[in-house]
Amino acid sequence: MKEMLKYYKPYVPAVFLIVAALFGQALCELALPGYMSDIINFGIIKGDMSYIYKIGAVMILVSFAVVVCSGLAGLFSARVAAKSSRDIRGALFKRVTAFSAAELDEFSTASLITRSTNDVQTIQQSTVMILRMACFAPIMGIGAVIKALRTSVPLSWTIGLAVLAILLIMLLAFLLVMPKFKVLQAKLDRINLIMSERLSGLLVVRAFTTEAFEEERFDKANLELKRINIFVNKAMSFMMPALMLVMNLSSILIVWVGAKLIDAQNLMIGDMLAFMQYAMQIIMSFLFITMMFIMIPRAAVSGQRIGAVLKVTPSIEDAPDCQELKEPKGLVEFRGVSFAYPDAQEKSLSDISFSANPGETTAIIGGTGSGKSSLLSLIPRFFDVTEGQILLDGIDIRRLSQKSLREAIGYVPQKGVLFSGTIASNLRYGKEDASFDELQEAAKTAQAMDFINDKPEGFDEPVAQGGTTVSGGQKQRLSIARALVKKPRVYMFDDSFSALDFKTDAALRAALKEKVGDSTFIIVAQRINTIMDADKIIVLDEGRIAGMGTHQELLKTCGVYQEIASSQLSEEELGKGVRRNG
Amino acid sequence: MAREMKPKRRGGHGGHGGGPHGMMPGEKAKDFSGTMKTLLSYLKPHGIAMVIVVLFAVASTVFAIVSPSILGDATDEVVKGLMSPVGIDFSALLEIVIFLIVLYGLSFVFSAVQGYIMAGVSQKVVYDLRKAMSEKMDQLPLKYFDSKTHGEIQSRVVNDIETVNQTLSQSLTQIITSITMIVGILVMMIRINLLMTVTALIVLPLSMVIIRLIIGKTQVHFKNQQKYLGEVNSHVEEMYTGHTIVKAFNQEQTSIETFDHYNDKLYESAWKSQFLSGLMMPLTNFVGNLAYVAVCILGGHLALKGTITIGNIQAFIQYVRSFNQPVAQVANVANLLQSTAAAAERVFAFIEEQEEDDATASDPSHPTLTWNRETLQGQVGFEHVGFGYGDELIIKDFNFQVQPGQRIAIVGPTGAGKTTIVKLLLRFYELNQGRITVDGNDIKDYSREDLRSMFGMVLQDTWLFNGTVRENIRYGNMTATDAEVAEAAKAAHIHHFIMTQPKGYDMEINEEASNISQGQKQLLTIARAMLADTPILILDEATSSVDTRTETQIQQAMANLMKDRTSFIIAHRLSTIRDADHILVMNHGDIIEHGTHEDLLDQNGFYANLYNSQFAEE
Repeated sequence: MKEMLKYYKPYVPAVFLIVAALFGQALCELALPGYMSDIINFGIIKGDMSYIYKIGAVMILVSFAVVVCSGLAGLFSARVAAKSSRDIRGALFKRVTAFSAAELDEFSTASLITRSTNDVQTIQQSTVMILRMACFAPIMGIGAVIKALRTSVPLSWTIGLAVLAILLIMLLAFLLVMPKFKVLQAKLDRINLIMSERLSGLLVVRAFTTEAFEEERFDKANLELKRINIFVNKAMSFMMPALMLVMNLSSILIVWVGAKLIDAQNLMIGDMLAFMQYAMQIIMSFLFITMMFIMIPRAAVSGQRIGAVLKVTPSIEDAPDCQELKEPKGLVEFRGVSFAYPDAQEKSLSDISFSANPGETTAIIGGTGSGKSSLLSLIPRFFDVTEGQILLDGIDIRRLSQKSLREAIGYVPQKGVLFSGTIASNLRYGKEDASFDELQEAAKTAQAMDFINDKPEGFDEPVAQGGTTVSGGQKQRLSIARALVKKPRVYMFDDSFSALDFKTDAALRAALKEKVGDSTFIIVAQRINTIMDADKIIVLDEGRIAGMGTHQELLKTCGVYQEIASSQLSEEELGKGVRRNG
Repeated sequence: MAREMKPKRRGGHGGHGGGPHGMMPGEKAKDFSGTMKTLLSYLKPHGIAMVIVVLFAVASTVFAIVSPSILGDATDEVVKGLMSPVGIDFSALLEIVIFLIVLYGLSFVFSAVQGYIMAGVSQKVVYDLRKAMSEKMDQLPLKYFDSKTHGEIQSRVVNDIETVNQTLSQSLTQIITSITMIVGILVMMIRINLLMTVTALIVLPLSMVIIRLIIGKTQVHFKNQQKYLGEVNSHVEEMYTGHTIVKAFNQEQTSIETFDHYNDKLYESAWKSQFLSGLMMPLTNFVGNLAYVAVCILGGHLALKGTITIGNIQAFIQYVRSFNQPVAQVANVANLLQSTAAAAERVFAFIEEQEEDDATASDPSHPTLTWNRETLQGQVGFEHVGFGYGDELIIKDFNFQVQPGQRIAIVGPTGAGKTTIVKLLLRFYELNQGRITVDGNDIKDYSREDLRSMFGMVLQDTWLFNGTVRENIRYGNMTATDAEVAEAAKAAHIHHFIMTQPKGYDMEINEEASNISQGQKQLLTIARAMLADTPILILDEATSSVDTRTETQIQQAMANLMKDRTSFIIAHRLSTIRDADHILVMNHGDIIEHGTHEDLLDQNGFYANLYNSQFAEE
């Protein structure tokens, strides 16, 4: 919460202005019933028409003042809320952008997205409400109480009674209905989930002809939702009329008690009417205040969620004396590297040492959870090593600026991540000023030319958010092309060929070799076919190097590698491989 | 894969949020009256309840309207007492007060009962609508889903229905009460004094003009706010999910600049729309106050002349004060109804969408066939099959017979349309020419349900739902016993894993299906197909492999599954392809070659090229 308050500091003077304007508004609004009472007491009852005109004019002036004051308060509060939220949103986005993968994992991407969008939106809306209502209701309430007391002390207990009744109703609603809102949301989420499952499993559902089962599953959730909805709506349908009833009954009470006071010459008739209006204003203020009690906790939760993000500083930042890398060669070395994810019990990687040389392909293979991808993510410093060091051209990568380190690397992720825009804009992502020829060349090497040409608009074909308009294999090829356009010294492929069929996979690797053969290639793969020809294959098993060498060497010496090979290649292929190289 | 999509949700709770609802730029329905008629037809079964709701709503409002005038009488009674030497007649006053309490009490009861009934009716209607959509979903042809995103469909079932829900449970009675109130108040005001009524109403058009003006101005900003909020949110979503790529390509600064741009735009439109919409209340109040003052002055004048009483003025002021509210409400509801109609229209469009025309036998007079497991051989024939998604045929005159128990591999480059064959077999799409047969019978002679129950399926995108492991396996055969489920799991080599889990077969697969590994998911779907025990199988081999041990298990499980069954395999592994009895080679949606591995190699065509390129570097 403290982190958040910082963003409101510049607006303290504005908040004072708002409170002043609201104060003016309350003062004017509270004056109106008094004037009305004067019109009755001194105008109508005494028959003084000119007095009525005079007070009438004053009333119009005063109500105009109300508009001016509340307009000013509205203007300032709208600006303060929007501006502070803009600042908070901007700060959040900058912070998350600076985060390393460790912090991203800690919060989870989905949660960070909601915090930057919905939570900030909630805060913005609440800020307006708080600035206007939370300030106004007490001012108005207290003002009305003072006015009411001044008008008639003996009548005042009636208001107390009414307020008590209102609070009771609100409390009941609070206890009875509020918890159900949470349940309601959960049931709605359930409907959403089942619907989403049925849509993604459309083929399966139909193939197994389990439509009836699915409909029943949905129906159950639907029924539960109906029940809870009926409960909440029924409860709410009592609440509003009940509040109205309290207000109306309190009017009657005031007339009855007022009449007694008037009879005893303790009250004037106009004052009684004014008192009724004060009573209404007091009751309304209390209603608003109780509503604030519902609003503020929700806003506070959002505030805490945002504050939690802003409190965290990125774990990977440039060293103060960091170096820039000029004309890198691309020699990557691991020296005794160990790595454990934050808060993990065990290390994901232990004692890894190897070097990946320019012009060579270094492949990393191993089962799921063997640490292949973790190893790769250490090179561009998505994470930092726990022990040991990684060097690029002989310099510890932690001594390089992140920018220059990543400049040297062309990273191709496992799942092709594309951004909304066009195919061309995606390919230019690493090099904004790349020429069309460069794009074409990269696309050709990445075996993407064919399908790009098939698209109606070629390179200008729009790509939807999340790249939903292109297939998985196409996404992978485009993200390979994107890395190629950048012309880096070190290529990193994180299982980037998995969605390609073997023909495309092979053609792509051949083209890569031809085009950028002098770069350093580091390839993580699951398919042995993809990496069989690598200059160096590193076999990972439970975070340790289980073997290192060429395909042939490993087939002979490394048990883990043999196991992988025999599960993927047929006898014949194994034999063929041996014959070919032997 | 099962749930990549996170539907965007509008609003939090079921719409008790309030806010400047009516000011949001609403979408408009294409056919407003038609949609509303359809919506009302859903209320028809609740006719009696609806009549009660309307009557009670009117009654409650009428009582509420009469009351101020009677409260005025009470005041007059006080004033009378003040003027007369005997003082206030408290017994007369008490009578009035008791009468008032009864009136308010009745108003409360009618209003609450009305709301109570309406809550039930509206929720039943909403439930029926959701149910209708749920059932419709299973009747729609696959083509329909090709043309819509999942998000779109989901939004209809969740968001659009929620909009309808709100209108039914709140706005509908609001219209009734508002209109009753406007008419009632008018009548009451005229009864007190016509001249005062006219004076009070002169200002009414003024307040309408102000409301119109502000709504007009504000809508632009609200639209912009929605637009830029959307831009900001999608940029956030995109950049956070692509975080590593942004970093790897050093694009942090560009990303922040884009964000700041949208964020500034959002700020501009946000404060403007907020400010302008906030002006509405004070301005209309001001106009209300003008009327109030006018009434005070005129009322004072008339009271002096003795035309009206002080109680009349008091009542009249109350009426003037409460007149603004229903007027604003009607304006609001009109807007709300528009967007409701738009939402309801989408819902009805879905419900009325054309269904898969089931069981249209090739010869309409031909009786629909059934099959049974003992006698069905599993022979599949393609006879002069022609197919295209549009008018143009992709598959032309394809002829081929699959013998019972054979393995057919479907191969081809990425995007070659390998799943087309599967979709034709299961009759997700209709052939343009020729026919597909099972044991010599046209598949069209079976009902879709019967036809599909001949096929078991294991897809690459392993589909599991949020339920127990047992439920997920039983999906293959809903009537299977627990023992049969375990038997299938054993054959699929997943029994042991399941038994090592804390709850065994009752282990819950979580919402993201992320609490078991990819390989285990595959084994579970194999077990499911095993349990289904169908004569024909469709297998989609996974491209991304899992760890070695699981891989071996999957292959053994697959082999178990295929035993004695006719299988169509969308194949990625060479070993699978070579072991197949027949290979269908696909490219650009067409079957360009088919034959055995050796035949195809000898042909030295596309397949040979495909196969050899495996070793292209050599």
